[in-house]
Amino acid sequence: MNRFSIFSIARNAMSYHENWQKQWRSPEPKREYDAIIVGGGGHGLATAYYLAKEHGMRNIAVVEKGWLGGGNTARNTTIVRSNYLWDDATHLYEKALQLWEGLSQELNYNTMFSQRGVMNVGHSLQDMRDIHRRVNANRLNGVDGVVLSPDEIKAKVPIMNTSSSLRYPVMGASFQPRAGVARHDAIAWGFARAADALGVDILQNCEVIGIRRDGGQVTGIETTRGMIASKKIGIVSAGHSTVLADMAGIRLPLESHPLQALVSEPLKPILHTVVMSNAIHAYVSQSDKGDLVIGAGIDSFIGYGQRGSFPVVEHTLQAICEMFPIFRRVRMNRQWAGIVDVAPDACPIISKTDIKGLYFNCGWGTGGFKATPGSGWVMAHTMAQDRPHELNAAFSLDRFYTGHLIDEHGAAGVAH
Amino acid sequence: MLLITCPWCGPRAESEFSCGGEAHIVRPLDTDALDDKQWGDYLFMRKNPKGQHFEQWHHSQGCRRWFNAERDTVTYRFKQFYKPGEQAQGATLEAGSAPAAPAETGTVGEGGGKS
Repeated sequence: MNRFSIFSIARNAMSYHENWQKQWRSPEPKREYDAIIVGGGGHGLATAYYLAKEHGMRNIAVVEKGWLGGGNTARNTTIVRSNYLWDDATHLYEKALQLWEGLSQELNYNTMFSQRGVMNVGHSLQDMRDIHRRVNANRLNGVDGVVLSPDEIKAKVPIMNTSSSLRYPVMGASFQPRAGVARHDAIAWGFARAADALGVDILQNCEVIGIRRDGGQVTGIETTRGMIASKKIGIVSAGHSTVLADMAGIRLPLESHPLQALVSEPLKPILHTVVMSNAIHAYVSQSDKGDLVIGAGIDSFIGYGQRGSFPVVEHTLQAICEMFPIFRRVRMNRQWAGIVDVAPDACPIISKTDIKGLYFNCGWGTGGFKATPGSGWVMAHTMAQDRPHELNAAFSLDRFYTGHLIDEHGAAGVAH
Repeated sequence: MLLITCPWCGPRAESEFSCGGEAHIVRPLDTDALDDKQWGDYLFMRKNPKGQHFEQWHHSQGCRRWFNAERDTVTYRFKQFYKPGEQAQGATLEAGSAPAAPAETGTVGEGGGKS
């Protein structure tokens, strides 16, 4: 891999930047791999990278039906944080956050991870009780967090309407200083480039149409580019998880919903942190391009169309206009949706299955982006060692039969 | 904005409704006879199809009745609407997540023939 550095920039300037190396190859599929990841988004590419980097595996393929990073990785609102409620979830997201903190250096790729903090606003007495509880839980788990008063919020975000005459007045907020945003495409491209450099074959435009088994052991995948054999297959395909599970005869508790997001026209720097509100349902940050990045709740129906209905967008913009009166004349530029696989407890499933060699990493629902490196890291462990890591042991598919659900609907911050 | 036809009120805007998820999931009558796997299957596992889906809708901002619909989850196009207890036209309906426990007589569910 040609490393990016001031020296490589200077050297390549000599040849008018026409000789940069392609960031990843487009190889022909081999007949067999030691491990196959189905799904070439952030989580799948991260899994492949950590399989190669941490577990020394070399003969790995990532199989993606479209173009890499073109699914939910391209469509999220880029927020990164670890301020969840329950121990198991907090430790998993915190592992991801710690990986984020060194990721640009590790991947030699600018992920534009900006630790500008994330604020979760409370609008009622119960909101504030929940906020105090969650911040205390975070601190007991070694995760940073403070509770802010309305004055402290106003000092950080002067444009927020903190008037007491609001229908849902701002009563305080939790604040995680180490949280922030990152460039979503960069995480896909950074992991792709680094994985490719370690020998991972990224096979795009290669759709899985069948999963082959021999008795209780997986033996390979049938794809639009032919049959590829492997005894270790990890399905990391988000909204399409059930489609793939059906091919293996596995049942999942997921529902795939549209999740919409939108960006405004570019503005001069006006919002220097990330603001989220559960009660009035808005979350917004400002990207380095200057656009406000705003996300909505899920559309209530099951949808694979990567689009949703306008009232959902309207609902979140009402909340944005209420919280930030200065944004009321801002024009919106572009809107889109992803397909989020929502689990009954708003927590992921990172699990072995009853079929030997078949693993699922799914159910991240509305909150997968922040976990990208952590998800790949624990999934790589689970596949390489054929057993979950301590960090993902609780997120087994079994929990829906034992009753050990981990309810993170509140901390998910997005209406389900 | 989807246009949804309530069987009683006629075509109305999506904002008048709330979606009730997968239809025709039969609640097991003898829950003590179920093991954890059967109970978990009933509670949590869902078809979540990419394509034809039979689902429940509630006219929450209108007549507040429940009804069923067949919709394509990729195009979002509705194919038909039908009242609880009625059969969807054309397609063969499975019993959804109905467990393997012996059915008692008079089981309430789709095709049960009771109103």
